[in-house]
Amino acid sequence: MTVQHPIPAAPASKIPATLSPGRLLTIENLTVGFNGVRVLRGIDLTLARGEALGVVGESGSGKSVTWLAALGLLPKTAEVSGSVRLDEDELLGLHASRLNRVRGGRVAMIFQDPSSALNPVIRIGRQIGEVLARHQGMSGASVRAEAKRLFDLVGLPDSARRIDAYPHELSGGQNQRVMIAMALAGKPDVLIADEPTTALDATIQAQILDLLTTIRKETGMALVLISHDLGVVSETCERIMVMYAGGIVETAPSNLIFETPRHPYTQGLLAAVPPFEGAVERLVPIEGQVPHPANMPTGCAFAPRCSRHMSECEKIVPPLKSIAAGRASACLAEEGAQAERHSSPIKSMSA
Amino acid sequence: MFRYFIIRILRALLTVALVVTFAFIVLRLSGDPAYSIMGDNASPEALAAFRKEWGLDQPLWNQYLHYFAAIVHGELGQSMRGGGPALDLVLSRIPATLMLTLPALLMKLAIGIPAGIYAALHRDSLIDRAVMVTAVAGYSVPSFVLGLALVQLLAIWLAWLPTGGAGSPLHLILPIVTLGVGGAAVLARFVRSAMLEVLGQPYIRTANAKGIPWTAVVRDHALPNAAIPTVTIVGFMVGNLIAGSVVVESVFSWPGVGNLLVVSVAARDLSVVQCILLLVAAAMVLSNLVVDFLYGFLDPRLSNDNTAGRH
Amino acid sequence: MTENIVELQAISKSYATRRGLFGRRVPVRAVDEVSLSLAKGQTLALVGESGSGKSTTGRVALGLERADTGCVLFRGTELPAADTRAWRRMRAQMQMIYQDPLAALDRRLTVLDQVREPLDIHEIGSASERNDKALAMLGAVGLNASHAGSLPSELSGGQRQRAVLARALIMRPELLICDEPVSALDVSIQAQVVNLLMDLQKEMHLSILFISHDLKVVRQISQRMAVMYLGRIVECGDTKDLLANPAHPYTKALVSAVPVAGGRTRERIILTGEPPNPAARPTGCAFHPRCPVARPQCASVSPAVTTLSNGRSVACHAVEIAPTFMGAEA
Repeated sequence: MTVQHPIPAAPASKIPATLSPGRLLTIENLTVGFNGVRVLRGIDLTLARGEALGVVGESGSGKSVTWLAALGLLPKTAEVSGSVRLDEDELLGLHASRLNRVRGGRVAMIFQDPSSALNPVIRIGRQIGEVLARHQGMSGASVRAEAKRLFDLVGLPDSARRIDAYPHELSGGQNQRVMIAMALAGKPDVLIADEPTTALDATIQAQILDLLTTIRKETGMALVLISHDLGVVSETCERIMVMYAGGIVETAPSNLIFETPRHPYTQGLLAAVPPFEGAVERLVPIEGQVPHPANMPTGCAFAPRCSRHMSECEKIVPPLKSIAAGRASACLAEEGAQAERHSSPIKSMSA
Repeated sequence: MFRYFIIRILRALLTVALVVTFAFIVLRLSGDPAYSIMGDNASPEALAAFRKEWGLDQPLWNQYLHYFAAIVHGELGQSMRGGGPALDLVLSRIPATLMLTLPALLMKLAIGIPAGIYAALHRDSLIDRAVMVTAVAGYSVPSFVLGLALVQLLAIWLAWLPTGGAGSPLHLILPIVTLGVGGAAVLARFVRSAMLEVLGQPYIRTANAKGIPWTAVVRDHALPNAAIPTVTIVGFMVGNLIAGSVVVESVFSWPGVGNLLVVSVAARDLSVVQCILLLVAAAMVLSNLVVDFLYGFLDPRLSNDNTAGRH
Repeated sequence: MTENIVELQAISKSYATRRGLFGRRVPVRAVDEVSLSLAKGQTLALVGESGSGKSTTGRVALGLERADTGCVLFRGTELPAADTRAWRRMRAQMQMIYQDPLAALDRRLTVLDQVREPLDIHEIGSASERNDKALAMLGAVGLNASHAGSLPSELSGGQRQRAVLARALIMRPELLICDEPVSALDVSIQAQVVNLLMDLQKEMHLSILFISHDLKVVRQISQRMAVMYLGRIVECGDTKDLLANPAHPYTKALVSAVPVAGGRTRERIILTGEPPNPAARPTGCAFHPRCPVARPQCASVSPAVTTLSNGRSVACHAVEIAPTFMGAEA
């Protein structure tokens, strides 16, 4: 609920201003802890202008915490450190009034359960109006007109009447459209969508994903789509980032990560999902459990569940290393596994 | 909506009728008013005459029917002890009681609500803990203990204020504070937990993600939602304006309704007791009705029948 | 045809729901003339979106809710009324597991106590035999002695679902009804539980009614499947065949909406409109307002169920008219 973090961010001057023209958001060594327990263990990533990045992981992977921390949306008790820059502007430790110009403005966020993410006692027109007033400086009749235009844009039927509706009068899918319209009201450079379709039915999920893709094409905004479902991100995003136990394990272009997953966790994740085509074979689950943050293995967090686990894996936390153009993986086995890769015991599912 | 209120009103009337019946049963079964009014030494003839005069010689169900019929006609009987209409006697005491309970209610609201909100917004801070400790103490100390302690401290040792009775504005202070502190504590605890519940809701995170300043998030998004459960307990306090000060009036010998109730119960002055209970029940039921109406106003999920637009 | 463990014959179930909070009560048809059969040792999947009536159908099959009309046959005889002695005896043969294992477990009892409880109630064997049996069942679902002594809160989501499964299977039921049993689990854990269910089915000759919205899991686990829309079965048939060549336009949209990792091979059909509201059921075919191939008759005439040559049954006017719509037969 605040932007004041106990651990001050690194002074911006220390970080070399490697500003490439396409770079919109840069996260460096972002860590998050609660009561001394680290749940995010040093995230580095960049988001290009207009890019669609899919963030995939299971519960506890840190996929949502990363973005909540970046926007200062974690509870006060969270210990956040590292750097989050929008263009050159450091967001961590930014004064509330300046951060509030970014949130809902250049960076918008939507959430999992749209029906509880909207305030039940405020009409949706007023909820979107708040954003228009604050970020676009609109007032009076122009707010209403713009709200209606945005509701039309996101395909909310009967928008003129719906402006005065309360969230409980709309369905889940319609509420998510309202959330998207509210995000668009700030004319964002990037929309962070945290499991936006998980609470929705299959046919409505398809509508919302379709809408996000259309809007991105029309406005050129970047999209960060957070999901537990590889399928959902694969169709919507160009680049995929796989997270496990508070760290990034692999990042690659969308088409490649499913054809040739390189990190054993990514491979395991793909093998664990039942295929939707071809013969039905026994699933290959990843044995064991995700480690508890308070009880993290010393080396690679995935080592205890890994099929290619070596003795060094227990000592060294593998860094995220570039393995090919646009691809990176955090695995020690990867370094010597170039040749071995094709004989990996887990086969790619989209073969 | 209309149907909803008709049902509420019928239910309210039923509640009052039940209270009246209950009062009748308990009072009639707990002793013979003839002895307590006429005294233990009264002659059998005098007692019989008294019973005949007040209809106490009739079968119980007959008494009940007469009593109930009279109430429906607005006749609340005569005071057995002092004579005169019971209702007039009770009504004459109401201003004195309200002189205590109304300021006490304001004190509860003025202290309890801001303290609860502040504690919730600064959860686990020193002030939050102080508020909570005070609240638990204020909540668990019975009002007669608190009242006597205040009397001991401020009236006897320091001799700043009178120990009891009525007459000057100074007489008001101790009873009001005694009443107000406990209620403020209850309210603070309640408001705090209502606020914490609301602050943990996803829509508060949404409001933050929209870049709305924190004060506006609290004012526009959190408070209207936290007000919904708070209305219930405030409604209860309003309903308690007449009956909520029985103990305190006794402790401070304040000539209000509560005091009258205690005296009348001891004396088995049935009409007066019944009249008070009826008024108390009516006040409670009325405030509940108002609360229900306010709910409809505060929470669109209740008042709105327009779910047809949903699909 | 193999013997059916459970058969639903034209069951219907309505609820009274208020329109708005204070409005008048209107009956809502949750399940409408549903007929299904589950063959012994097989898995039948029941698929649909929220409001389709799939969970209600499951509860009717178990006798937890009584159908307004129609009947439920369990091993060929009609299910006795709920809470009678005969029903309770039969209930040991039919178990149900739900999406949220934590809600299904008693927080104060250890896992072992809860798994042993049905044996205790039915007084099967001596105390030590019961303990051994419960431990063996826990072993069969992949939980060890240290898990057995734990409270539900000390286990992970996957382990809890295993514990629930052990408790459901301890009486060696013939029928297991699973209502979204793996939906709340992470992908890697979901695979563990799906494999476990399939293994146990083989070992114990279980018949499973598998209620789910996840078509990928359904494809993995079931031999036959039925698709429900607004309380009716719109399509039913062999799972793999049905998912490869859906005939009903709703099934087609549902299948096309499945997010597949990697390249998509079929065109996605995006349905317009909202998920259906059972309280405002459209006339004729309930799907017609969202149907891409609706014709005038669909708005007025409810389509009858037709059985196609490959055993698939479909309720759609478009399919009736053009059976070649079906594509290749299995």
